This record gives sequence, structure tokens and C-alpha cells, in this order.
Amino acid sequence: MSESVQDKVIAIIAEQAVLEPSDVTLESTLEDLGIDSLGLVESIFAIEEAFDIQVPFNANEPEKSDFDISSVAAIIAAVDGLIKEQAAS
Amino acid sequence: MKRVVITGQGTINPIGQSVAETQEAMREGQCGIGPLEIRDVDRLAIQIGGQVRDYDPNEVFNRQQIVLYDRFTQFTLLSARQAIAQAGLTFAGDLAARSGVVLGNSGGGMNTLDDNYRTVYEDGKNRVHPFVVPKLMNNAAASHVSMEFNLKGPTFTVATACASSNHAMGQAFQFIRSGMSDVMITGGSESMLCFGGVKAWEGLRVMSKDACRPFSANRNGMVQGEGAAVFVFEEYEHAKKRGAEIIAEVIGFAMTSDAADIVMPSKQNAARTIQLAMKDARLNPEEVGYINAHGTGTAANDKTECAAVADAMGHHANDLMISSTKSMHGHLIGGTGAVELLACTMALKDGVIAPTIGYEEPDPECALDVVPNEARDADVDVVLTNAFAFGGLNAVLALRKV
Repeated sequence: MSESVQDKVIAIIAEQAVLEPSDVTLESTLEDLGIDSLGLVESIFAIEEAFDIQVPFNANEPEKSDFDISSVAAIIAAVDGLIKEQAAS
Repeated sequence: MKRVVITGQGTINPIGQSVAETQEAMREGQCGIGPLEIRDVDRLAIQIGGQVRDYDPNEVFNRQQIVLYDRFTQFTLLSARQAIAQAGLTFAGDLAARSGVVLGNSGGGMNTLDDNYRTVYEDGKNRVHPFVVPKLMNNAAASHVSMEFNLKGPTFTVATACASSNHAMGQAFQFIRSGMSDVMITGGSESMLCFGGVKAWEGLRVMSKDACRPFSANRNGMVQGEGAAVFVFEEYEHAKKRGAEIIAEVIGFAMTSDAADIVMPSKQNAARTIQLAMKDARLNPEEVGYINAHGTGTAANDKTECAAVADAMGHHANDLMISSTKSMHGHLIGGTGAVELLACTMALKDGVIAPTIGYEEPDPECALDVVPNEARDADVDVVLTNAFAFGGLNAVLALRKV
């Protein structure tokens, strides 16, 4: 996984959480970071814009989405997967 | 306090272009949601909606009217014509001076905005039609109704997102109850099924790509609709004296604000609003036979609303019926409460409870009698209708059989 994907995702999440990137760990959950449902939707928008990808996410059924938001590490892995998948198509 | 009754109703919406058609569709559980037919739909992630189909404005309005009437105004006027014709009222003299129009609407002339933004941004033109402003302003519909029917009393538009129509009808109710007016034209309209309108909603990620399934465990979001419904609210003695047919009585209204979150609903304040509406109508929970739910089909609304009804109604929550007709016509945003009031008048007048269609799986968090999939015959005396809007603005009306 490229370092820059991780750094960019962490920067986006940190900005949403109003924290320094160094305070966002890979194990953090969005709840730990104080990011609510609107914050999540805004973060996903920022990720789509930053990486020019489409993130399949419906706030009504987050558990059914292929986009895993259970931790910062999971989000980074999901973004990385989408970049590869959408570059291939 | 004066008593307030409904003596006329009219509508055009995704399941019918008259009250008779709409209530027949509600009885049959027909779905008016389908593939969107709008420009650039291929660039939308959400491609379904409750559109008004088989409708050509050129057949009902002339050229001079169409340049001034956005689609939401057209829907309003068509509904108002039906409602006022049914009531059999003409407005002149003192009646005209004291009768007004209060309508709900959220987005104003979204199609007009969309078309004209395309003209200047996409097509690069530096000129738009001179009537863009009077066509898109969200009081245009109320004003055109007042002009067509000579209504010279209090006239304005209420914009409280998804609660707009309920707030508007609550205002009309209070104008008559307080003695300020004998007749008020009220209801609401919305038409934001255009590229920009749907694109904006997509961003919130609360829209379903396939269907609106309120209260069903597999629900996955709301579906937007368009259309209008308009009612004639009239002071009871005034209606009685002229021998008008009375459709139902409006007996109570309450409105509150959550003062908490711009999008997430509040169980506590939804329950409080329902309780205040019952208090205003001097009702005990046991008298309420049916609740027309806000029932958007989102994860958040439906479980919050069911919990609020359970709190407000106590044990009686298990004995009443609650359904969401958004499953059939979609969410008409600022016009939704008005179209949904037709399910209430059908319950009171015809003894038929409109179903929640698309219901596939019980959800333990929505464990009420949601009248799944099929309409039901039931003799109900009192109904409530809920609206809980973005912005945390709540409005609940109570109606009684006459």
C-alpha cells in the first residue's frame, strides 16, 4: 500500500476530527475520533475527491457496504482497494 | 375557539392526478416510483423517483402561464382547482378579504433553477428569460393561487423542509380556529426531480437505489417524489350554513424544534410533538386509531419514529395502525404532508387504511402494526399525521371523523 494513500486518508480524517494527523492511529475508530454520521459522509466525499474514486456507501446500511469503516486502517485498506479496482476498470 | 373542517381536496402526485385516483391507488397499494426520466439521469447514482407521469403542462396551461409557472406551481394550481371546485366556493367581498393561502414548499422552483443554471454555466449564455425570479420564488405557487381565486387574506409559503406542508396546514388551522379567517387554502407542493435536485440529495447518502420500504428491516433509504395536494379548510359553522360536504375535522396541531442536530431525528421531541398535538386536540391516546407516519424508509427515521410513537402512546401503540404512504409516492419533501393527509381523510371518510407497501422483513425496532402491503378496512374516529423534518422541526396534526 502506498504511503501516500495512508497519509492522505489520515489527513482527511484528522481534519474532520479537528485533530493533528499524529493523533489519528490506525486502530482508531470513527467513534473514538468523535466523527458522527455527517462527519463520515463528509469524509467519504473528501476521499472521493482526493483519489478520484466512487465510494459505495449508503448511510442506511453501512454494514452491507463493501466499504469497511470499522477503523482507520480498514478505511485505508478499502480506499486502496477501490483505487486499484477503479484504475483497472 | 372555532371548529375547522375540510371541505375540499385536490392533488396531482405520482400515484394519481385527482383525489379519487390517488385514494384508489392507496387502496390498491400501487407504487408510483420508477426509473427517473430526466436530463442527464445517466450521471446520477440514484436513478429512481416518484415522478408525475402522463402529464403535459401545455394541455392545461397557455404559453403566458407556463413562462411564469414552475412545475411546483403547476401542481399547486391543478390541486387547488380541484379542491376549490369540490368545496363549491367563490371568493368575493368580505369572504375574499379574509381568506388566504398557506402552502408548504421546500425548494422553490428547482427545475427553473436547474434549467437556467445550465443556460448560464453549461451553455455559456449571458442572458436568461426575464421571468426566472418570479417563476422560481417559493411563494410563487401561493401567490398564483391567491390571484386565480381572488384570495386576499393572509397568504404565504412555509419552508421547513419535510415538515413544510404540516406546518402550513397547522397555520391555516390556527387562522380559522382563532377567528381570523373563515376559509383558508392550504397544503403543499414540491418538484425537485431534476439533475441538480437529485444530485444534491445523493450527496447525503440516504437515498435508496431500488425502493422505499418504510419500517421493513431491509429498508435502505428514501426515494424522492414530486407533486402537490391542496385542501380547503373552512370554519365549521360557515361550512354547515352553506350545506357543504364535510370531509373531516382538523382538531389539533403541535410544532416543536429539537434544537439538537441538523439531520438526525430526536425520539424525545418527536414523542413530545405527538403528545402536544393530542393535548391540543384534547385526545387520549386510546382515541387514536391510525397514524400516518413520516416513515421515510431511512434507517434513522423509522426506528426513531416507532420509538417515539411507542413512548407517546404507551400501551395503545400496539393497538393502533401506522403506515407510510411514501412507499407508494415517494418523499415529496415540502409537499409530502399534504399528499399524506389524503391517506388520513380516506381513513376517516371511507374507513380504509392505506398500506405501507414494499414491506418485506419485520424489524424489531419498528414493531408496530405498519399495515404491511395491503390496505385494511377499519373504522377509525381519530388520526394523527406526523412530519419530522431535517433541521429538527416537527409538526403533527390531529383529525377527526365528522
